[in-house]
Amino acid sequence: MKAFAQLFLALDETNKTNEKVKVLKDYFNSVPDSDKMHMLALFSGRKPKRQINATLVRNWAIEASHIPDWLFGESYQVVGDLAETMALLMPQTDNSSSKTLTEWIAEINALANKTEDEKKAWLLNSWAMLDSQERFVFNKLLTGSFRVGVSQSLVIKALSEISGINAAALTHRIMGNWLPETYQYAELIQEQGAADDISRPYPFFLAYPVQETSEKQRSAEELRTSLGNESDWQAEWKWDGIRAQLIKREGRIFIWSRGEDLATDKFPELHPFLNALPDGTVIDGEILSFRNGLPLPFNVLQTRIGRKNLNKKILEESPVAVIAYDCLEYEGEDIRTGTQVARRLILEKLQAATPFPEIFRISGLIAFSSWEELATIRERSRAMIAEGIMLKRKSAAYQVGRKRGDWWKWKIDPLSVDAVMIYAQKGHGRRADLYTDYTFAVWDGDKLVPFAKAYSGLTDQEINKVDYFVKRNTLEKFGPVRTVKPELVFEIGFEGINRSTRHKSGIALRFPRILRWRQDKPKEEADTLETLKALLGE
Amino acid sequence: MGKKPLLEFTDRGIYCDKGRFYIDPWKPVDDAVITHAHGDHAYPGNKHYLAHHFSKEVLFYRLGDIQLQTVAYGEKVVKNGVAISFHPAGHVIGSAQIRIAYQGEIWVVSGDYKVEDDGISTPFEPVRCHHFISECTFGMPVYKWKPQKEVFDDINKWWAGNLQNGAATVLVGYSLGKAQRILQNLDLSIGKVYTHGVIENTNDALRRNGIQLNPTERITPDTPKEEVRKGIVIAPPSSVGSPWMRRFQPYSFGYCSGWMAIRGAKKRRAADRGFVLSDHADWDGLITAIDASGCECMYLTHGYTATFTRYLNEIGYNAREVHTLYGDDEDPGMPEGPEFKDEPNVENSASKVHSSGENAGETGGPAL
Repeated sequence: MKAFAQLFLALDETNKTNEKVKVLKDYFNSVPDSDKMHMLALFSGRKPKRQINATLVRNWAIEASHIPDWLFGESYQVVGDLAETMALLMPQTDNSSSKTLTEWIAEINALANKTEDEKKAWLLNSWAMLDSQERFVFNKLLTGSFRVGVSQSLVIKALSEISGINAAALTHRIMGNWLPETYQYAELIQEQGAADDISRPYPFFLAYPVQETSEKQRSAEELRTSLGNESDWQAEWKWDGIRAQLIKREGRIFIWSRGEDLATDKFPELHPFLNALPDGTVIDGEILSFRNGLPLPFNVLQTRIGRKNLNKKILEESPVAVIAYDCLEYEGEDIRTGTQVARRLILEKLQAATPFPEIFRISGLIAFSSWEELATIRERSRAMIAEGIMLKRKSAAYQVGRKRGDWWKWKIDPLSVDAVMIYAQKGHGRRADLYTDYTFAVWDGDKLVPFAKAYSGLTDQEINKVDYFVKRNTLEKFGPVRTVKPELVFEIGFEGINRSTRHKSGIALRFPRILRWRQDKPKEEADTLETLKALLGE
Repeated sequence: MGKKPLLEFTDRGIYCDKGRFYIDPWKPVDDAVITHAHGDHAYPGNKHYLAHHFSKEVLFYRLGDIQLQTVAYGEKVVKNGVAISFHPAGHVIGSAQIRIAYQGEIWVVSGDYKVEDDGISTPFEPVRCHHFISECTFGMPVYKWKPQKEVFDDINKWWAGNLQNGAATVLVGYSLGKAQRILQNLDLSIGKVYTHGVIENTNDALRRNGIQLNPTERITPDTPKEEVRKGIVIAPPSSVGSPWMRRFQPYSFGYCSGWMAIRGAKKRRAADRGFVLSDHADWDGLITAIDASGCECMYLTHGYTATFTRYLNEIGYNAREVHTLYGDDEDPGMPEGPEFKDEPNVENSASKVHSSGENAGETGGPAL
């Protein structure tokens, strides 16, 4: 645990990529192989199962800290991170643990069959054995809120440098389902990938945005300059669904979402077509709700995400299909290095052979002869229930992660309204102790109706100013939420708008965020609920 | 009918009606008693100032030609029958708690203070009183300082490491207090100490005041970069991310502040290293000081006042929250104080660091 705590501290102490990689390499070189795999699991989002619920951990931490409950709550508001709050509040010790990360995680997992009293005794005893930095990472393990300021690609880079295996291969080998308890480091760094787990997906290839923000419009002329000849490119609609990789191998099927969650059971409608695919096939595409051959807005699909049980009603109201756009494996061969065009031909062949063309769809190519024409077509995205246009270079290989160059997304401009801030709440992490999460309202007659929450889009400097305003213009406090004097106006952007019975305003927005602070606008000039509802397009 | 309290809180500052003077007023008054020379406690525009001897030159430097009387710790000044004396607060050089006594009733105004001996400021001494007006900048139990020796060991180690990696070392801290504390506690066998002009001006003022400081060299446009790289630079918060600092590339910059105790706050400042070093009392320090004052009644002026007040009342003290304009941690957007014209470039330079520093002076205020 000492080495792992030290790793955390060292990563915190530098903002430079090269130094982070060095720190990671030092860590890998200093710990046993089993710790390496546990660290990889944690840093790639495979957190251990939570064995003690957060409320109990919190209550026992309060007990160990000898402070009143409310003071713990206020401390958490200031720190913005539960694991850190607990570590800071407990009495300091000079102890330090010589147990490895593997041993600690094994102890945590062993709690599954313990009684509450046993868990408590174990936890209090463990805290007493650790210094404050160790306690902090230990609490992170325990509460499962594991976010580090380092990307998976940096970890892979470090691992690649010490093992000599290239980064793309390593990225692939840590995809999918594996347990640090059984996946051996030696297996991971073999020259030739061993008989791979048949469920393992490929790393997704992600597109780069053509325009970084909605304010930076790109003209057809600029596209020509940066992307070159139209004829080198194919265009498709950018579908707004769940990105997924669909696998058929050795008679078995697997559906992976981009968050590397195995979602096979969540989409039973897709099983027949997958079962009908030849073995050794992997398809990349988007899962969407469809009715009568037409895609439905994302919020329809949203109703079934996260449901444990898919009842008949949900399956009827939100039936799904796949819009496929790439093929990564065919006849058991990894064909990612082939060209976009070649992979497309294989995909078309597979789709032509399916007995389920309503479910296994293919993303049509958009015919266009000039960038200007494509720019005009892009304007129709919203009517197509698409988010914009995808551009793929005809010669593109299927790469790993977000790479600039061959895949571009050219999104439509967000919809927007001017709204008044009415509630504010403190943020977390680097925004702890600052009011950064706001609720916005529009006018309904002479009343302000809240319709969206947003916490991104302002510069640090603006956040400081808004925070200063909030602290001086608080009307009421409800726990962590402050009601603020309605005065500040912001332009709120969003990708889509739908009716909602769950919200007071009767509408729900997709991806609301702050586009800019309208310091030029008085609150009276903010938009109305009517304006918003007009955007529903009904 | 309760009698009028000896000290009251007005919109100009803490006021003693019997003695006709204010303590750390933020609007101009005739007679101001000053706890210490930071911008949020020593405002310009008062007709007469009373402060500690060690604040003299810094006050002249910051406020110009003022009418100033200075005294030693423990020395008594009587105004209209009210006895005033200064007692060490340990916050910065010359900082004092002000003791006010009239007909057997004693009040103490803490100003800002810390209980740890920093090796340069006269160490804090508890003063027995009936009423104690205290700051509580770090009045949250998550703030607990380590002994400064441990912090300076870390700083010296980091400095030596940068030297090995060929990177310049820039340490950021407020110009009055933190800068001198750093200067006096660095391991000078590692290298030479260079200072930003704003800090060196304060150092010069303190030296004129007879304070012995370790040798420093003021950085000018002619100072060779290669030489600076071999030493350490002490710079004010306002210089972070400015062209002035960027010219030391490649460099590693460390930030010394109590706020560095929280990861989020540290990240916000994007410092390479955050050192938890504060000139304010931590949670335990505040409680120790309040307890040692033996007071019947206390008033919390700035910091996490609501939380700290509630806690003190729960553990059996009689505490009250008071609104003042002293530096407030909840105040990152604190408006800029008066500018100091001698270093306009620095004041105006773009800064990546957002103020929510230890007190108004340290952040939003003038970067002296």
